[in-house]
Amino acid sequence: MIDVVILFFILGLAAGLMRSELRLPAALYETLALVLLLTIGIKGGEGLAKQALAQLLPQLGIVMLLGVAQTLIAYFVLSRVCKLSRADAASTAAHYGSVSVATFAVATSWLVSRNIAFEPQLTIFLTVMEVPAIVVGIVLARGLSTQTDWPALAHESLLGKGVTLLIGGIAVGWAAGPEGLAPIKGLFYDLFKGALALFLLEMGLIVARQAGELRKRGLFIIAFGLLMPLLSAMLGTACGVAMGLSVGGITLLTTLAASASYIAVPATMRLAVPEANPALSLAAVLGVTFPFNILVGIPLYYWLAVKLTGLN
Amino acid sequence: MTLATEKRTLLTVITESAIEETLLKDLDKLGVHGYTVSDARGRGGRGVRDAMWGEVSNIRLEVICQRDLAEAVLDYIQNHYYDNYAMVAFLQDVEILRAEKF
Repeated sequence: MIDVVILFFILGLAAGLMRSELRLPAALYETLALVLLLTIGIKGGEGLAKQALAQLLPQLGIVMLLGVAQTLIAYFVLSRVCKLSRADAASTAAHYGSVSVATFAVATSWLVSRNIAFEPQLTIFLTVMEVPAIVVGIVLARGLSTQTDWPALAHESLLGKGVTLLIGGIAVGWAAGPEGLAPIKGLFYDLFKGALALFLLEMGLIVARQAGELRKRGLFIIAFGLLMPLLSAMLGTACGVAMGLSVGGITLLTTLAASASYIAVPATMRLAVPEANPALSLAAVLGVTFPFNILVGIPLYYWLAVKLTGLN
Repeated sequence: MTLATEKRTLLTVITESAIEETLLKDLDKLGVHGYTVSDARGRGGRGVRDAMWGEVSNIRLEVICQRDLAEAVLDYIQNHYYDNYAMVAFLQDVEILRAEKF
């Protein structure tokens, strides 16, 4: 059965494609994003409080390398096969090496509604996978030039809204523990699915707006937007199996690998690599990869995880 | 009634909200001490920018100052931002009170 939150995404997509006047207030979209980020962080932090943290460090190293590898592969494909300019290839590659919180949220909701457990450290993976791709993308575009204002970019990417709320949420969840969190469960846990549904309604509207750009650029964006997540998914699954994660954990890590950023990376790339065309990367990420992942990808990645681990 | 007004220059910059912080830092360095920023939306050479979400939102930045400073800022942003960002900037003469403020 199709997840109810996905129906909201399809509603937004259909309304957008039919040029409905429907639009959510920008402040609501920001608020929903804030609730989703904090909830994901708090849930992860609560889980982490129950386990030893030392074993996490090598895993964090692996997922950061995964992000770097994805960015390099995407850059190679975009510059050699698709013949994009250096700036466009590097900027788009950074989007694909990084991760999408919305896709992660849909995947956790998909797993939870099927009672499939996953490890709490996946939330930390989500947080640490945001940044390496940005650094690699800038170096690919610029070389190790001294002109790049690294302190400003570090500030932008490490203290941006996403990472701050995720790490903040993890800290709050970890410090408060299940009992401390009980009074705020109503807002953050019980309303999560409703907030996600509204958020996806808006995502549908945003995705529909990429239709024009897709028509203009056509096949290569669609082909790259579909093939790159599949390639990344295989790398993600391999890492998940190698780390000995559960089926739910492998599914989530695969989803993270396959997902592409559309908030943190575009904002940073706009400043760091201004000559790259933002419409190009966003058309691929939002117009193709995001809908593919939440409609087809997540069930596919779960199936893959089940097949590879031989469990169910 | 005749008010004792003085002439100053109003510099208006309409651009991507993505560069708001860097632009304001640059203005500060160039010696601009007061400005007003508001959210804006519109359509131009880089498509519809309707503030549906962060990546396509615009700002409108207004500075009232002496003519030579306004020209220096306009020259600076033309060299630094025009090529790669959605940006429209222009100067107007305005009449102000409290000349010591501008």
